[in-house]
This record gives sequence, structure tokens and C-alpha cells, in this order.
Amino acid sequence: MADMQLLAASGAETAAQIAAGEVSADEVLDFWLSRAANDRLNGYLWKSGPESAREGGAPGGPLSGVPIAIKDIFCTEGVPTTAASRILGGYVPPYTATSVSKTAAAGMPMLGKTNMDEFAMGSSNENSAYGACLNPWDTERVPGGSSGGSAAVVAGGLAPWALGTDTGGSIRQPAGFCGIVGLKPTYGAISRYGMIAFASSLDQCGPLTRNVTDAALLLEVLQGRDEMDTTSVGIEGGIKAPTAERLDGMTFGVPRGLIGEGIEAGVLARFEDTLIRIAELGGEIVDIELPHAGHAISAYYVLAPAEASTNLSRYDGVRYGLRSSDEDLLSMYELTREEGFGPEVKRRIMLGTYALSSGYYDAYYGRAQKVRTRIVEDFDSAFAKVDFVVTPTSPTVAFRLGEKTADPWTMYLSDVFTVPISLAGIPAISIPAGLAEPDGGGPELPVGFQIAAPAFSEQKLIEASHALEQAIGFDGSAALEGGAR
Amino acid sequence: MSTEYEAVIGLEIHVQLSTRTKMFCGCELSFGDEPNVHTCPVCLALPGVLPVPNEKAVQYALQIGAALGCELSPVSTFDRKNYFYPDNPKAYQITQATYPFAVNGRLGEVRIHHAHLEEDAAKTIHTGGGGRISGSDASEVDFNRGGTPLVEIVTEPDLRSGAQVREWGQLLRATIRQLGVSDVNMEEGSLRCDANISVRPVGSDELGTKTELKNMNSFRFIERGIEAEVTRQKEVIAAGGEVEQETLHFDPSTGELHSLRSKEEAHDYRYLPEPDLVPVVPSPETLEMAKSSLPELPAARARRYEEIGVSGQAALLLSFEVEWAEYFEGVLEAGTGIDPRVAANWVTGELAAELRRQDDRPLAESKVGPAALATLINMVAEKKISHGSGKSVLEEMVSSGAEPESVVAEQGLEQISDSGELERIVIQAIEDNPKPAEQVRSGNEKAIGALVGAVMKATQGRADGGEVNRLLRQHLGL
Repeated sequence: MADMQLLAASGAETAAQIAAGEVSADEVLDFWLSRAANDRLNGYLWKSGPESAREGGAPGGPLSGVPIAIKDIFCTEGVPTTAASRILGGYVPPYTATSVSKTAAAGMPMLGKTNMDEFAMGSSNENSAYGACLNPWDTERVPGGSSGGSAAVVAGGLAPWALGTDTGGSIRQPAGFCGIVGLKPTYGAISRYGMIAFASSLDQCGPLTRNVTDAALLLEVLQGRDEMDTTSVGIEGGIKAPTAERLDGMTFGVPRGLIGEGIEAGVLARFEDTLIRIAELGGEIVDIELPHAGHAISAYYVLAPAEASTNLSRYDGVRYGLRSSDEDLLSMYELTREEGFGPEVKRRIMLGTYALSSGYYDAYYGRAQKVRTRIVEDFDSAFAKVDFVVTPTSPTVAFRLGEKTADPWTMYLSDVFTVPISLAGIPAISIPAGLAEPDGGGPELPVGFQIAAPAFSEQKLIEASHALEQAIGFDGSAALEGGAR
Repeated sequence: MSTEYEAVIGLEIHVQLSTRTKMFCGCELSFGDEPNVHTCPVCLALPGVLPVPNEKAVQYALQIGAALGCELSPVSTFDRKNYFYPDNPKAYQITQATYPFAVNGRLGEVRIHHAHLEEDAAKTIHTGGGGRISGSDASEVDFNRGGTPLVEIVTEPDLRSGAQVREWGQLLRATIRQLGVSDVNMEEGSLRCDANISVRPVGSDELGTKTELKNMNSFRFIERGIEAEVTRQKEVIAAGGEVEQETLHFDPSTGELHSLRSKEEAHDYRYLPEPDLVPVVPSPETLEMAKSSLPELPAARARRYEEIGVSGQAALLLSFEVEWAEYFEGVLEAGTGIDPRVAANWVTGELAAELRRQDDRPLAESKVGPAALATLINMVAEKKISHGSGKSVLEEMVSSGAEPESVVAEQGLEQISDSGELERIVIQAIEDNPKPAEQVRSGNEKAIGALVGAVMKATQGRADGGEVNRLLRQHLGL
């Protein structure tokens, strides 16, 4: 089979070709390993050798032979796992995350571990201790974050599909920036066991794929209750590949109050185009309000750092990872954390520690929890009226490397549409809605369209996304070859 | 007139649960194994792991809550208590700070504020530098203990003295031991007690500034530590000073108190709800079972024994140790018509003393079964042998396990039941001891003791004391 055909095939198509004997699993693996070996995006932090990759995927699984890239936040036994942090430099876990065990059991060899923002804290992948990852559409731009590596390798033809994690938009935003599909399932749909924790009440694993069908297939592999994670419940009835072509009878709520300032003209244009597509497919567009969603970023940047500050206290240089000094215990602790964590991680540890401090708890953490509850209620009322809530995935297309690093608040605002959904714990998907020029001009870049649905209604979400995806007919092939040298 | 001060004491008691595995992972719990053999990614807090609560521990905890008369919470939640120390690999302890599993109880005269579930820290050993981490040459950590399920019981400040704390602590220990949910061994650390101590003018409702006395490993030391601290606080106030909030350690070998940390050095634990765990919601059946499966607990048992005539002291002794209670009830069952008060005195008095004398033998290894003791008690009650002979029979029974009848027969201890024979011996004794006889006749009744002694000597203790007394008095014309 010609390389171009292998490169262009989705995960589902590749699985079908292997099952039909049109191509062997070895051929597929060799092709993707050589693509990954020529990564020019800094998308991979670690790449499998042929042997280790072959061992990874069990034969006879439903997706046997289709390799997968894994965000470096998932622990993999015998394979370095750093969460893109210096503090975990050289760390090799003795166990494997449930999600990775599941992809392996489904027959998927692991291509490698993908780049990310350190401990999943960031929206551009520039917070990686191992260098920024580049956007395959324009290598002077960021792929988004924190699952920037996973998005870039899928969009840039370095992997058929990938696993990422989403805390405040870390799957959806990079999927939007890179012109692919990113699905954040309901909190609790997939086990978090073995996912290095950032903000435990928000972190959720999900797929980054070429299309909605692939996302559905991966979600079916990943979802389920795990004895090792008491917050996991799975999705009742499981997930099937989508077939819907129309949106008749479905209502889509648009929170106009949220979609205002700071949004790029091109992004807004593609968003409005997509609303017209929805109407053409028989869907109804309804204006809704999410009165408290405007406070989501503020609440999120209290809650997530608070949880992060406690989750990251364990990195002390004693039992694993970096150890900076051996002089005495206290200076070892201090120097290890000083040298091991990057600036954004330190900023959030300090924010979170402060927010939880005695005397400040009610004013910050307690208040933010109340906002979170209000946002949950906002979505509950919205879903009493509509089937879905839709927004652009991000207010802008992919920005330039270095463009927002000086101003954390501007960077945080790129998650303004994704964070409310994370706080509500509900599922959402980003699908490519077309290309748009950035404000200030330049070549066109992908725009993501976000669809959110009530908790555990992933099947409905996937069906609607599939119908819309077919109508949009986005072509991502321009980036596909560019990922490899 | 100087003000009288009273002590006000509340306790925080940690109970290690004797589950097979740890609180949040499947590692086995066992005391005294090689260091760090019972560990896994979860209890070592490797990146990415999550806790899974031990259902058995929850069940045990609920039993403790029920035994302490608490309201069992239909929903309880876990929190993170953040502190950075080598014994705590997550850098936070999972505990229940806001919604504990049990609230508002009472044991004896002490109200229980609440009881909550948490996990134990690992064991640290600091070598050099006086056993503290600062200044030590090396610190070693054994994670075998890390993650052991703990129930922390917090009382209201209802205790008033070290002696009361010791007695109440023993009742609490006996109560939990009986549930079979903990070894409650203070030396091994499966029961640990901290005391919050303050003093206030008698009659005042306000609480003074408290100090915390940490982690003493016997109730005797707790009693002494509390008394020392109460005395110190009273002296501080008497000298016009103010008690300062601090954490103290009592050294039982010197009787001295050392400050571990002052108020300024107190931790800010930055509690937050534990996002990795869903709330504990026991089923109504589980809650019901925790209450209905309770055995008869020491306090109730002591009351029941007192109601059947057992003296207060013996009733308490029997109630604290379930095996003694069972033994005592075995005696009552085997000996028809036996007086519970007499039986209790034999069990807690003569038998306990004899076992102690003979190699400090535990009751479980006693060669004297309840039925044999009942036979012996009956022989004394029916005056077949004297009380004194009874004791020497018991000595032989404890040492050889022989039946009381055969010991009595072998040693010829059968009481002299022929009153003619006894009368002859009594008359002989009066004749042989004219001096005390004369004293008794002239009104000094105490002198009769010498004559009783003479009769007992002549009969080798086989005479019934009451009968001897009666005969002596008769022949002395009283």
C-alpha cells in the first residue's frame, strides 16, 4: 500500500484495511514509526523502537495494528514518563495507566509519548521543559495546549490518533488549533488511574483524532469503570460508531453573552457559518444564557491551582525523578523544586497554596466552589431547553510562539469557552469548522467548533458532531505531510 | 482567698484498624516485617496513582462509631490535610475533616465529638541528633505502616484529671478490643492518645488556653503526663503568668515536659476536599448492621454484673476483658446455685492472683476450666472444705490442672464434719491455751483469734471457721 494512502487513512480505515488483509500490521507500524522518527514538530518526547511498539499492541483486538501516540502524562511501565517536567526527568514508572493498558489490549502499539505543557499547565505547549511543540499548519505558531504534542502529531501525520488529557480545554483547544477532532468526555467516563494529576476534580482523558468516528472508536475502548479509580463510572451502553447525517429535531444553544470581546473576526465568521450548516441539517439554533460562565476562568484559576498545589507537593527529589543536591535534606528539597519546576508550574503552586491558606480559604477556594456550582446549574437550565451548547473552541486561531508567554492572563483567556464546560464536568468535542485568517493577517489556520452536551450523553454528542462534520467537509491534508522531515 | 483551678481535658485517640490490607491500597498489613516489603505505587504515592477506600475499614469504623453511641453519617467525605514530611509520601494525608463518619456519641461519662477515618503515616527513624529529623545523620523511612487505616476519636473536654483519663482510656480500649477491629496495643502503636489540657477556675464555663500532650504509649504515662502538665499550668497561673498554646512531649523516664512546637510553629494544613474520592455512602443495611452486630460492650456488661450482685470493682475487672467475662459466665453456668458475687471474687481475686504467681500465666493458658473452679467454689460454699483449704487446692489446680475433688482427697483436706470430733479438739485447745481463754472470758473477744488458730493448726485447716467459732464461744460461756 502506498505511503500516501497510509498517511491519509483514519484510524478506523486503517483498522479495516488490516482486518481485510489489504495491509499488514507490521507494514502499518513500520510506516508510522518512520514518520514519527522524522518528527520535525518536537511532538514526541520519547519514541518507541520497533520491538517495544510491537509488544505494546495485543493481536486480535478491535483496533489491532493501528498505532497510537500517548501524551506523556500517562504512566507507562518501563517507558520514561515526564509530564514534560524536569522534575520527572529520567523517571520510568513501574506501572501503566489504565487508559494505556486499554489501548494496548485493543491491539494498538504505542508510537511514543507526546510533548505537552509541563504537568498539563498551559495552552500553547510552550511550558514544556523539553522545548515547544510546533503547529504543523505553521511552524512559527503554537499547536495549543496542554495536549499540544498529541494534537500536532495527529494533524501533522506523525500518528493516526492520540490520547490526551483535558483539564480546562487541553484536548479541545489544541485540536481546534491543529484542525483535528478532540473529545473531552464527561468527568468519570474514563479512568484517571496512571494519569499524572494536575487538577484531580477536572482532569479527564480523551482522544485526539482525524474525525469523529475515530473519536467514537477510541472512546469506546477507553470508557468504563475502573476499580483503581473510584470517580470513574464509564458510559452506560458504551459508544458506537456514529451514523447520523441530519440534525432534525435537535436544538443548539448559543451563549451569545459569552461570545463577545476578544474573539477574532475570522473565528466568529467560521462559527456563524457553522450555525448556518446546523440549520441546513435541520437543527434549531436557540440563544441561551450561561449567566455565571463569565466567572469561569477566575474560578478555574483558583480551583485548579489549589488542587495542583497539593498534587505536586510529592515531587521532593527523594523517591523518583530529579534530585538536585545532596548537601542536606532541606536544601535538597528546595533546590530540586527550584530547578525541577518551570515558571508556570511554580506560579500555580503559589497561587493554589495561597488560595488554600488558613484565613483565605473561604474568600478564594470556597468562593470559587460556589461559582462552580452556579455554572453547573447554568448548564442544567440550558440543557432543560436545548440538546447542545455550542461555542467557538477558542477565541483565536493558533497564535505565534512567544506571543502570549509574557502575559499569563491573556494566555488563560484562550480557554474562555472550554473552561466553563470543564467546571461543569460535562462532555464536549471540538471539530474543525474551516480555516480563517488570524487578526492582523497571514495564512489561514484552522478554527475549532465546540459542542457540549449533558453528562454521559456522549453518543448523542458524537452523532450530532458526525453529521455536522460531514456537512462541513473540512480538509486537513495541507498539514498532514508537514509534520515529518 | 486564692482561686481554685480545675483541669479540663479532651482526648484525641488514634486507633489502627486490624484490616488485612491498607486504607487505600491492597498492600498487606503486618507488624514487624522487613522494612518496605508491603508497598505499591499507591502507598508510595508514585505519580498518577489514586486511592481506593478499604470497605472493611469503613465497616470497622462504623462499628466503632456505633459502639461509642455516635450518630452514623449517611454521607461522609474525605479531605486532604497537607503537610510535608518524609513519612508522608503524597505530602498530604487523606482524612475526614469536615464530614466525619460518626458524630455526637458518648462512652461512660465522656461525650464523643466525632470519629473520623484516615490513613497512618509511614514510620521514620532518625539516626544521630537525638532522634529528631533536624540534626540527624540519616533518616530512614519504612512504608510498611504507611496507609494503615486509622480511626481518630475526638472527645469533648469532659475529663478532669489524669486518673480519670487513665480509667476512661482503659474503658475505651476494652470497648474497641471487644469489637475485634483493632489490636489496641499502645506499645505497638495501634492505640495512640493525645491530650488537650487546660485549666480554669472551678465553676467557670470558659476554657483556658490549651496545650497538647502528644502521643504517649501507656495510660499510666498519660496519667502522669497530664498530672505534670496540669501542675505546671497551675503554677504558671499562680505565678501571674499565662499558659501559652504549644505542643508538648512527656518523658516518662525523667517526668519532664518538653515543648515540641509553639503556636507560631503550628502547621497550616490547607485542608481541601479530596477530589480523588467519592463520598462514603454506607447502605442502610450496612449502617443497621454496624449497630445491630455490636456485642455486649464493657460498660453494659459491668452494669449487668452489678445488677446480679457482683461488687463494682470486680464487675469492672471482668468487663474490661472479654475472656475474663466469658470465664466468669462459664463458672456461673457450671455451678448450679452459685452466688455470682462469690464467683466473681474467686475469679478476679484468687484465680487471677494465682495465675499471676505462677509464671504470670494468661487466662487463655489456665489449666483450670470454669467448671473445675465452679466445683471448688461449691465445695467451699457447702463447707466440704474450708476457704483456706480452697485456696491451696486452687494453687494445686493451677499448677497441675488436677480436678478439685482429687486434690482434696489426696491432701486429706475434707473438712471435719463430725461435730463430736471437732468439739473434742476445741475443748483441747481451750485447755492448752489458758491465757487467751481467760482473756476472752473476761470480755476481750479479740483474743478468740489465738484459739481459732490453735484449732486450725490442730486440724490442719480442715475445720470450718464459723463452726469453730461457735463451738469456742459455747465452751467459753459467751
